[in-house]
Amino acid sequence: MKFGLVLGEMHRSENDLAHHLLLVSERHKVDHEIYHLARDLARWSQQHVRDIADIATDYGQDLNPEPHGEASLMETLREKGSELLGRRPETGMLLLHDLRELYVKSCGVSADWELLAQAAQGMKDRNLLALAEKCHPQTIRQMKWANGKLKESATQVLTS
Amino acid sequence: MTLKDRIAEPWGTRTPYGSGGDWPVRVDTHLAEGVGPQDVDRWVQSASLLHSNGDAMDIAVKDNRIVGVRGRASDRVNHGRLGPKDLYGWQANASPDRLTKPLVRVGGKLVETDWDTAMQRIVDRSKALLAEQGPSAIGFYTTGQLFSEEYYTLGTLAHGGIGTNHVDGNTRLCTATAGEALKESFGCDGQPGSYTDVDHADVIALYGHNVAETQTVLWTRMLDRLAGPNPPKIICVDPRMTPVARAATVHLAPRPGTNVALMNAILHEIIANGWVDREYIDAHTVGFPDLEKEVKNYPPALAAEICGVPAEQIQEAASIIGHAERLLSTVLQGFYQSNQATAAAVQVNNVNIIRGMLGKPGCGILQMNGQPTAENTRECGADGDLAAFRNWSNDAHVKDLARVWNVDPFSIPHYSPPTHVMQMMRYAEDGSIRMLWVSGTNPAVSLPELARIRSILAQERLFLVVQDIFLSETAQLADVVLPAATWGEKTGTFTNVDRTVHLSEKAVDPPGEAKADLEIFIDYAHRMGLQDKDGQPLIKWHDPESAFEAWKECTRGRPCDYTGISYDKLRGGSGIQWPCNEENPEGTERIYVDGRFWAHPEYCETYGRDLITGAPMDASEYKALNPAGKAIIKAAEYMPAHELPGQEFPLQLITGRTLYQFHTRTKTGRVPELQAAAPDVWIELSADDAAAYGIAEGDLAEVETPRGSVQARVRVSGIRNGVLFLPFHYGYWDTEGGCQPDGAGRAANELTITDWDAASKQPIFKTAAARITRVSAGDRPSPAPTTTASAPVGDFPEGARTKGMASALADEVIDTAGGAR
Repeated sequence: MKFGLVLGEMHRSENDLAHHLLLVSERHKVDHEIYHLARDLARWSQQHVRDIADIATDYGQDLNPEPHGEASLMETLREKGSELLGRRPETGMLLLHDLRELYVKSCGVSADWELLAQAAQGMKDRNLLALAEKCHPQTIRQMKWANGKLKESATQVLTS
Repeated sequence: MTLKDRIAEPWGTRTPYGSGGDWPVRVDTHLAEGVGPQDVDRWVQSASLLHSNGDAMDIAVKDNRIVGVRGRASDRVNHGRLGPKDLYGWQANASPDRLTKPLVRVGGKLVETDWDTAMQRIVDRSKALLAEQGPSAIGFYTTGQLFSEEYYTLGTLAHGGIGTNHVDGNTRLCTATAGEALKESFGCDGQPGSYTDVDHADVIALYGHNVAETQTVLWTRMLDRLAGPNPPKIICVDPRMTPVARAATVHLAPRPGTNVALMNAILHEIIANGWVDREYIDAHTVGFPDLEKEVKNYPPALAAEICGVPAEQIQEAASIIGHAERLLSTVLQGFYQSNQATAAAVQVNNVNIIRGMLGKPGCGILQMNGQPTAENTRECGADGDLAAFRNWSNDAHVKDLARVWNVDPFSIPHYSPPTHVMQMMRYAEDGSIRMLWVSGTNPAVSLPELARIRSILAQERLFLVVQDIFLSETAQLADVVLPAATWGEKTGTFTNVDRTVHLSEKAVDPPGEAKADLEIFIDYAHRMGLQDKDGQPLIKWHDPESAFEAWKECTRGRPCDYTGISYDKLRGGSGIQWPCNEENPEGTERIYVDGRFWAHPEYCETYGRDLITGAPMDASEYKALNPAGKAIIKAAEYMPAHELPGQEFPLQLITGRTLYQFHTRTKTGRVPELQAAAPDVWIELSADDAAAYGIAEGDLAEVETPRGSVQARVRVSGIRNGVLFLPFHYGYWDTEGGCQPDGAGRAANELTITDWDAASKQPIFKTAAARITRVSAGDRPSPAPTTTASAPVGDFPEGARTKGMASALADEVIDTAGGAR
């Protein structure tokens, strides 16, 4: 069954999204809403990683339940860098780039949850379906947040 | 007639009344020393400007000077009563240090100039920036203390003329969450309550609302109910031992930042026990199943742990609320300025919605305001929203506004939500906003993390215009300062929390060359040559009354319909509640009667936001959720605050106000009776914490957060353990520093965090991690008032209790026959 591959990919993509959210947070510490919200929303993906690893054991998969850690030294360096560069207009373009990538990544994770939910229904695995029903709406909220921020920030960055 | 020291007794004499009865009239008057009522040349109609209650009053004028005030007996709001800030505050108008001439910065210094020179500088810079960068370079930041006519003019010239999306008011700091919570639950701003609900309610639940200090006359009404037959039960949610908490049947003092967990537990109990109105829910709401599912996760035992409140207390409060027959719920800064502001305030709406307690006497919600004209900032679009509650993401609404203004819809910015003030500061920081026009507010003291704000406002590359009545901390940083007229010196209308519109008429001339804000905005629009699409001036009005008529037309058919109101109708008699139109010629006491809302997809002001992420919903999502325009029940999970106490900063800091001061004290700090009652900053902590830190009443202590430090004398009060309180009123204009600290910090916002609620964009002032250390011993008690939430606990010298000076005696006349409607 190819389903094991889906679980593995799901685990990877949620880890990647959590990591990227933290990266964006650190890089834009001076954009306070992005700094705080990206960290909040990373926690959702980190929880998804734990949940996926947990349910993966039902399918004989051994996935690491611990989400990739934050590199604390790098984090501090990036936050400092963000504060130093925060008064320069070029940081706006970097923000748009990062939000766009965040949006695309969360769309990918959303698609992964759809695959997983389809498989769960085919296999009649209620636990798995319940997991998708719990996590997927949060992924969509992450996606809408990234999209909303992108729209909200774009005009000022691109016209100033 | 009785003489009362209204500093020592802020709420005056009790006039008890029972459920459903008429609140007796009590007329409060205060006149200048040596002036009697017989000496007054004329009485000029107005209403309160130093809080949000909207108390109607007459201004006494003698020899073309303001010499006092008297409450208006016939008004529905106050039945003649006035609060201490009304009784004494008028004296600030005549302060010798009023701004009387425009100032411009020359060689680094502000120097006096004439209006032409000052306005020309602003116009030259505006035009240069528009040519070079476009409207994204210009931002407007106004207040909650101007009049409708002024906000509407500002909103029109900024949105319809300049075309900038960067418009906000300092209502962002006080009332943004009130507006947002109403929009989320009812699809539209508009207060689903009336002050008369106090007359009927059998339970009044106050969430983070220290009404005794913020709206003293509304509290007087509640006190009079409490003193009468069949008094209401009071539920108080507040970490401080406020006067409301002392009068409460149940007082819940949650850990700061945990309001959503507490509300979810209360809703859990109400739903689990079946204290809901199933019929109402089925007929008039959407979203109930989501709420049921969410609050299942919050049994009282869990919330008790999160909030640090006994589970039995949560159950008792929920039971009282659940058994209420007429429930009035009120909300203010304890929710609005805390973690998850909108989510928490929306859960209060949910309580009334699922209990079917809306639109009937005694059944209402008051999402309160902090400032007198905050409602108008929201209505007129001076907070960035489109005028008259139009929906910026509904093209038909934009087109309709363009029709009213006779402009191209494309020229009204509506491509994204309006830029809120904290984002404007960010744009000024990154250099993309290059001109900021601040009117009637003082961000250099009132915004969070002041060191950052000062560094932004002081930038050479930012052209800062400040329009004010005194040389505030912000004005000291400006490139151009425009001297404005204030209350009593200009005419206009404003609207209080319960939709009551009052007229405030000009009583005396402004000092020197100071001008009404309306005149300044119109002058700017004309000098800029702002035009409609036919080449006619965009601003077609020239004085307050013609501006009001224009505003009325803009509101036609919208929820805040003013078309049935005129200046003449507001003269004499009582204030009038909107909507007031052909259908409701005398105004509307209660909205949302019989479950009819303004939430239809074609009519609503907003499609709503995600309560956690703040992401806007689009039209199709909203239509799918709420096709028939019902009330929207929105659930939310508890998320911990972004800054939690830890080893280094083990305490939580909250900031707030005191009864005797207003905002950054620009007026109240210049009024002898008020200033003497609360002369300087203090820091509050509990008796347990005081003992643990070896700190006593009156000691000098230093409070620190990761952002800065403040030194203040300590008041040992009834506040929750682990929580510190600092009043936010005290800045630097009356210190050596001028606009910044000279030595130890004094402004509470040196300490606050730059963070805001993602849905309402209201900054979070009530959840910073902090520590306290004792600096030196005190020789006297702290300067904190003893009559209010800052009342001392334990032994306290009688002579140091708060009382008024000789001039604080005010008249009270109780009308036993009744009179107001």
